[in-house]
Amino acid sequence: MAGTLINVPPRAKKGEVIEVKILISHPMESGQRHDESGRVVPRFIINRLVCAYNGEEVFRADLFPAIAANPFLSFCTVATESGTLDFSWTDDAGKVQTASARIEVDG
Amino acid sequence: MLATLAGAFGAVPWLQRSAMATPATVAAAMRDIVGDAKLQPGRVKLDLPPIAENGNAVAVSVRVESPMTAADHVRSIHLFAEGNPLPNVANFQLGPRAGRAVVATRMRLATSQKVIAVAQLSDGTWWTDSAEIFVTLAACTEG
Repeated sequence: MAGTLINVPPRAKKGEVIEVKILISHPMESGQRHDESGRVVPRFIINRLVCAYNGEEVFRADLFPAIAANPFLSFCTVATESGTLDFSWTDDAGKVQTASARIEVDG
Repeated sequence: MLATLAGAFGAVPWLQRSAMATPATVAAAMRDIVGDAKLQPGRVKLDLPPIAENGNAVAVSVRVESPMTAADHVRSIHLFAEGNPLPNVANFQLGPRAGRAVVATRMRLATSQKVIAVAQLSDGTWWTDSAEIFVTLAACTEG
């Protein structure tokens, strides 16, 4: 999907704790709203996000409708080696989307 | 405008239509995750502003005191809201590779309420912190 922002430092020292941030463009329809005719607008959210660092899972989030639209998540990880952080997230329709960021680790 | 006024009085029209979480439903949701383990205050720091002008996106962060080593780390962090339609907000799984047990997100708040964070450590113990937040403009379910 268009509109995914990932913030990972491009370079880090080996062993350094880095902060990872991701912002995904998504309505996160809560399933609690009603349309003009009084019908409930069906729930449609990103319910899971996983981050893998060179293939190994380092973070997982299960999300509920209480997460704001255009979900923002931040967490930390240790810069172990150069490579990629691969993000994948799943919506209520079962659709999986991915994005990744590269990091160079010195030393 | 209507929502702002209603929010100021602590209730918005849709609140009467939707079943809201209560301290009891939150306790049940927490039991689903924590089980019968003892929930101890401390080690967890829930960071939430005391007042949110806009309940549609409130910055929240949770930090847990932990060396984050293979032997001693935080396994998971969970967020709950007492005054939202549903008690669960998010569950985060982390491990020693996190380096630092800090997570942040933005959440919806349907009304002024108590938010609760709990964390499980690798030794199986559970820790908790909570915060009260006053919401001026509730996360609205209308259009």
